[in-house]
Amino acid sequence: MYAFTYQKPKTVAEAAAALAADGDAKVVSGGQTLIPTLKQRLAAPSALVDLGSIEGLAGITVAGDTVTIGAMTKHAAVAHSAEVQGAIPALAALAEGIGDPQVRNRGTIGGSIANHDPAADYPAGCLGLGATIVTSKRELSADDFFTGMFSTALEDDELVTAVRFPKPKRAAYAKFPNPASRYAIVGVFVADTASGIRVAVTGAGGGVFRATELEAALTAKGFAAGSLDGVTVSSDGLNSDIHASAEYRAHLITVMAKRAVAAAG
Amino acid sequence: MPDAPMTYQIGASVKRREDLRFLTGKGNYTDDINRPGQLYAYLLRSPMAHAEIVSIDTTAAKAMAGVRAVFTGADMAADGVGGLPCGWQIHSKDGSPMVEPPHPALAVGRVRHVGDTVAVVIADTLAQAKDAAEALEVEYKALSAVATTTEATVDGAPLVWEDAKNNICYDWHIGDKAAVDAAFASAAQVATIDLVNNRLIPNAMEPRAALGDFNPATGEHTLITTSQNPHVIRLLMGAFVLKIPEHKLRVLAPDVGGGFGSKIYHYAEEAICTWAAAKLKRPVKWTAERTESFMTDAHGRDHVTHAELAMDAEGRFLALRVSTLANMGAYLSTFAPAVPTYLYATLLAGVYKTPAIYAEVKAVFTNTTPVDAYRGAGRPEATFLLERLVDEAARVSGIDRAEIRRRNFIPADAYPYQTPVALQYDSGDYAGCLDAALKAADYDGFAARKAASEAAGKLRGIGLSTYLEACGIAPSAVVGSLGARAGLFEVGKIRVHPTGSVTVFTGTHSHGQGHETTFAQVVADALGVGIDSVEIVHGDTANVPFGMGTYGSRSLAVGGSAIVKACDKIIAKARKIAAHLLEAAESDIEFKDGLFKVAGTDRQKSLPEISLAAYVPHNYPIDELEPGLEETAFYDPKNFTYPGGTHICEVEVDPETGVTKVVKFTAVDDVGRVINPMIVEGQIHGGVAQGIGQALLEQCVYDDSGQLLTGSMMDYCMPRADDLPSFHVENHTTLCTHNPLGVKGCGEVGAIGSPPAVMNAVVDALKGYGVTHMDMPATPEKVWRAIQAGTRS
Ligand SMILES: Cc1cc2nc3c(=O)[nH]c(=O)nc-3n(C[C@H](O)[C@H](O)[C@H](O)COP(=O)(O)OP(=O)(O)OC[C@H]3O[C@@H](n4cnc5c(N)ncnc54)[C@H](O)[C@@H]3O)c2cc1C
Repeated sequence: MYAFTYQKPKTVAEAAAALAADGDAKVVSGGQTLIPTLKQRLAAPSALVDLGSIEGLAGITVAGDTVTIGAMTKHAAVAHSAEVQGAIPALAALAEGIGDPQVRNRGTIGGSIANHDPAADYPAGCLGLGATIVTSKRELSADDFFTGMFSTALEDDELVTAVRFPKPKRAAYAKFPNPASRYAIVGVFVADTASGIRVAVTGAGGGVFRATELEAALTAKGFAAGSLDGVTVSSDGLNSDIHASAEYRAHLITVMAKRAVAAAG
Repeated sequence: MPDAPMTYQIGASVKRREDLRFLTGKGNYTDDINRPGQLYAYLLRSPMAHAEIVSIDTTAAKAMAGVRAVFTGADMAADGVGGLPCGWQIHSKDGSPMVEPPHPALAVGRVRHVGDTVAVVIADTLAQAKDAAEALEVEYKALSAVATTTEATVDGAPLVWEDAKNNICYDWHIGDKAAVDAAFASAAQVATIDLVNNRLIPNAMEPRAALGDFNPATGEHTLITTSQNPHVIRLLMGAFVLKIPEHKLRVLAPDVGGGFGSKIYHYAEEAICTWAAAKLKRPVKWTAERTESFMTDAHGRDHVTHAELAMDAEGRFLALRVSTLANMGAYLSTFAPAVPTYLYATLLAGVYKTPAIYAEVKAVFTNTTPVDAYRGAGRPEATFLLERLVDEAARVSGIDRAEIRRRNFIPADAYPYQTPVALQYDSGDYAGCLDAALKAADYDGFAARKAASEAAGKLRGIGLSTYLEACGIAPSAVVGSLGARAGLFEVGKIRVHPTGSVTVFTGTHSHGQGHETTFAQVVADALGVGIDSVEIVHGDTANVPFGMGTYGSRSLAVGGSAIVKACDKIIAKARKIAAHLLEAAESDIEFKDGLFKVAGTDRQKSLPEISLAAYVPHNYPIDELEPGLEETAFYDPKNFTYPGGTHICEVEVDPETGVTKVVKFTAVDDVGRVINPMIVEGQIHGGVAQGIGQALLEQCVYDDSGQLLTGSMMDYCMPRADDLPSFHVENHTTLCTHNPLGVKGCGEVGAIGSPPAVMNAVVDALKGYGVTHMDMPATPEKVWRAIQAGTRS
């Protein structure tokens, strides 16, 4: 780890100001991604701005058809929330499938989506459900928020403060984990929402994306696993590594999508 | 046959006495130890697989805050520091010795694998050492690298060592080639297989660490290290590398968190810390980060093999022909040359009475981390090859897989049985193990379970492995004639204290095996004392007489035998003292349950009464007997020991994704007499978990340029609890005939027997798709592709 200064602001505004004042400062939330990076000397921020003392950033509220999850809410809190389990069980299940108990008790939703690891789970939930990302400056649709591998629409001095999930008619997440890291080799989130059927894929590409071929098939033939029979996803542009080739990932997208649709019922 | 007394200790599942400290954070590991004035070493490691070191500029680094020294290979060479020695010499077919390249602790002139040591920075803090390492200016000239076993011998491949033509370290063989050729010429049928034994990275839970110290007032050097065998380290480092005589070099291996072989070897960091501590007159500590463990702990396996089995018309094995390429990595690690030769090819008879066997093994250098013994060391490679080949023989001949094995087993009345590849087995009951396993696994019910799986859209397969291994290494004269540069005896010392409690010193080392419990059971039984009166001491060359350490499942068979011998000496002396105290003839004294009794009377003395007399010798046969009650025994084994057994694995395959799950695993093992059933079961569980890991999950991958692609837990897949079913484990015991306890060894059998059982099950599950072989690990994509290819054809 290289030396850095450490700040613990009390408000979102203070935190944003700290980031604006120092282009090399970085936010730390759960630290599950950032701290290992620092330990390996792969990043050298001048300052860490710890969001842990800002009141109101953690918490889950359900109002009408909207579930709002504060940026500092831990994965375990989402997984075990009776409200989330009631409103969007697929989201609670997704959170329960992230990493291990230690990670789930430290890692946060804000950190996960701000990081946008191309194999992370939450981005699929956000995109699949058509969530709205609330930041210190504005509100962004998930479609606009995730811009590519490890990148988002966030500006340098902008923080995620909450994520708003509209309650779907039905939804499910099917994850094919990397046997070693247990991140997603392919994770498919399917949702039958008020604004249509959405299929979001993580792990397979440079970042989370919508599988439009699958959405089209489910929309045309109905929200049933059988509607995806014979529908293939192109392997063009998909990841290929020692764990899975692009061709295999493409195949898994359809398989996982079918399983998710079946599970969504 | 020797028959150890069956009293209340041997055979009892005594809870592991060491676990309280391990489970409550009270262990004392090398990295827990800090000495006053201690400095921290950080090693700059090669980012390249193969490069010339053009220059190293240490000026800027040396000037940085807290930096006490920066050393390179040139500094060590200038001090006359020697290279890391290799402990086993193999000769090629033509009689020439293996190519044995130098192995400097810090690279000189060239780096030969990613992670090779380039320089060491020693500073007040680890962060300062790392900062300074970044300021080291090293100019490399990249050289082309060879990273894979099969490419190493190709003409024109880059050479790791100039004097190793085609990168061949040795070209060795064993067995009767003419007899094998003749048998093949007349064979009714032949089974053939080509396979890879995948390269593994050990990953002990505790990373390696070393703490060197020097006392200028006494001239004594101390090394505290994560070792399975501190005396071996003292010998190798003292005699060959740093040239420090034994009486001035103390090596301690305190609590060690797992080894699996990877902590047998003498590593550069041990020599660097010991040497630098003396130079700087300050303690110097180094602790590996996990990434360094991946890059620098000796790897395991990595064989490529072609094998053929000749049979008669009834499926009786006539001859076996094997040709193997074995990867040594860039340097010869301490025991590396022995692994693919005497620990591998000598096992190729397995449990079968194959009359003629011929094996040739070429060991090759590559620009990769050195490869050495890893849990099983050669025997898993032999077993995997043999048991896959026997399944292929069953397929070719159309004989049931259990039946073809049974037909070829060495019968239970054939012992001692001389194999055509040097070993002589003393005992075993392979058919008995097979029968017990088939029953426990409900082999006959498999068809119904398969049908149920199929109804749920899954494929199901069952696989057998009837394995044998040789452990309890080893008779010194035998291994000496085969090229070992060390003896393989073990030492045990028993100190009965004045009031009768007992301290046992063993040259073996416990790093997870539970010796502090098992050995105490053995001593408690032998001396008839309570287990709580017995303490086991190991891991300190200043306290324990010269012993060879723990590996090759030798601790109980060899170390335990030494302890039993020492106990016998204690009893013999105590009997003399008892005779004196009881005024009886020595021949009239009976010893049982800790009491020395005059036969036929109620006159007796307990061991504490006798030990008190021995240390307070007022009424004592002082003219004939020395005072004190302490005895040492060295035990050189008469033969290897030969555990064996049957493992049966059932897998379920999801044809849509290729995911393979082990759904049932049965192990029936003959490990000789079982001292502590719970510990034996734990050892089997751990070994089987590693075997399933090798079969389904683990694979070390280098890219073509020699970069390690599986350099962390993100990419290298260790088995976890949810990858494994509950295991059914049973013992089917025959006793070893040549050691006093009748024990064989249980540390490695799980990892030896299980991989072929798993892969035979995978192949069985996929046979409907025309699959006849698959290399490990059976990853989801590999299985899925096999299914795709099968469906198309
Ligand atoms: C062993 C292990 C296994 C894991 N397995 C999985 C898995 O299976 N699936 C999965 O999805 N993830 C997995 N993760 C990642 C985990 O979910 C992390 O919690 C997550 O990636 C980052 O969240 P964090 O709160 O720890 O963020 P941090 O590590 O604190 O921050 C991550 C990045 O986001 C930035 N950041 C943090 N919070 C905010 C914010 N509110 N606004 C703007 N920027 C912010 C930081 O500056 C940093 O760049 C795993 C992690 C580990 C260590």
